[in-house]
Amino acid sequence: MDIEQALEIVSQTHPGVVRSHNEDSVAYDASCGLVVLADGMGGHNAGEIASGITVSLIPTDMRHSLESMRPEDRGDGGEDVGVVLLREKIQKANATIYHKSQSQSQYTGMGTTVVAGLFYDNRLAVAHVGDSRMYRLRGEIFEPITRDHSLLQEQIDRGMLSKEDARLSKNRNLITRAVGVDPEVEAEIHVHSVQVGDIYLLCSDGLNDMVVDDQIRTTLQMLRANLKLVAGRLIEMANDNGGRDNVSVILIKINGEFAAPRGWLAKMLSWFKN
Amino acid sequence: MTSKLILSMNGVVLQEFGLDKEHMTIGRKPHNEIIIDNLAVSGEHAAIVTILNDSFLEDLDSTNGTLVNGTSIKKHFLQSNDVIEIGKYKLKYLNDQKNQSTAADFEKTMVFRASSRIASATPVKADLSEMTGKLKSTEQPQLSTTEKVPELRQTEAVIPSQPAFVTSAEKVVTDSATASDGETVSLPALATSAEKVPDSGQAMGVIQILTGPNAGKELELVKNLTTVGKSGFQVVVFTHRPHGYFVTYVEGASYPNLNGKPMDDQPCQLKEHDIIELAGIKMEFYFKS
Repeated sequence: MDIEQALEIVSQTHPGVVRSHNEDSVAYDASCGLVVLADGMGGHNAGEIASGITVSLIPTDMRHSLESMRPEDRGDGGEDVGVVLLREKIQKANATIYHKSQSQSQYTGMGTTVVAGLFYDNRLAVAHVGDSRMYRLRGEIFEPITRDHSLLQEQIDRGMLSKEDARLSKNRNLITRAVGVDPEVEAEIHVHSVQVGDIYLLCSDGLNDMVVDDQIRTTLQMLRANLKLVAGRLIEMANDNGGRDNVSVILIKINGEFAAPRGWLAKMLSWFKN
Repeated sequence: MTSKLILSMNGVVLQEFGLDKEHMTIGRKPHNEIIIDNLAVSGEHAAIVTILNDSFLEDLDSTNGTLVNGTSIKKHFLQSNDVIEIGKYKLKYLNDQKNQSTAADFEKTMVFRASSRIASATPVKADLSEMTGKLKSTEQPQLSTTEKVPELRQTEAVIPSQPAFVTSAEKVVTDSATASDGETVSLPALATSAEKVPDSGQAMGVIQILTGPNAGKELELVKNLTTVGKSGFQVVVFTHRPHGYFVTYVEGASYPNLNGKPMDDQPCQLKEHDIIELAGIKMEFYFKS
């Protein structure tokens, strides 16, 4: 199945009920199987600029790269092509934002989180920096497939804090990695196999800080027939619970397989298409 | 510094200690930061570790133990107004760091550079115990009433139907949310934002089936979400929000009717005696006081 038909994608973003402007940005391009969500930070409108650069630069650059690459391509050291591409694009966004923040004083210190997914050949490469998340609903199991780069997550990992206690912490919103604040950034990237029926959710912390995972899961399961309604309902829930932050979601439902064509004939045909 | 301990005995305040060091100890001996010179207190009785705005209390295997709010603890994540008891002494923990619900400025995301970085961490598995409240679909050939599913608190399944559907074995559709509205989300900060918490005094919304074999049956909309209908055919969701009840189309080739008019994609707020017509079944919404 063509990837554009295999993936059903919706997105929605909202400033929340407390903040005057929205520093989150979302973008997707079904034709190249790419989804990107970024949660910016920095004074004035610098946060929007940082997240905006990220969600415009990554898809533009990705489309360009995919024209000359194939899913079975490998990077140096045999790395998966999705890993290589996502790392490259995030580094490029990082350099662009960092340069802007260094050269224009009103943008000093701006940065952004990012979570990006690239679907290709029945696989999904997920890259993230900071505390924006990707979750997966597969059958009855709903779980995060990214782990926050945050002080709280580090404390949880060290056994200092339980997941339940983390909700009581006053040290929220402290992230340990961000795009655009240093000359270099290390994105965490993993490749997952994708199954038909999976639903993936990308969200900014405005959702998972306001709505517990279990309620997100229930909403996804009950309303899965209508992805747009799920997106609207998740944002509604975050806002009904206080909406203290901007809240953004991207939902992807896998409606079919999207294996890359294999064999010499398929390659010839795709070569002629280009 | 945002947090402190107030030492008192028999209601008389003795001293105040700011938690201005990452690691502080409470004990009888003079090298402790917080000294309580009493024989019921161990030499090094307890420690307080403070990380930015959070403080953790740990009993250092003291002879007589440490209580927090009347309960003996080994380790405890301190919350403002907790009372630590050591012997006859009380230490009240105060943390005036604003809750995020009251001060938007405090919740700006910041990069915390000092922290050591975790190299390529593996994805976390979700807590499996959270998955026990799984959705159940009912497969009953005959129209059912309300059914309790054991592992879900107050889970209800209502299947409106008409003779044409009875042949189909997979008339589904239930509701189920594991948390009822009254408790919304267990974020402590939310408890203070009263205007956002659903009004528990709000009358409960109820759907009564008016036609079809289930006529007369009632469905109380106690959950955040209640879906009604036949999966793949026509489904609506009733949502219980702080300011009322709403009905929204979920799926189906045609839109259900609300008071005789077809609905669209948008949620509609329900008023007393609204009539919803779903797959040929009429049902009425009303408030139960």
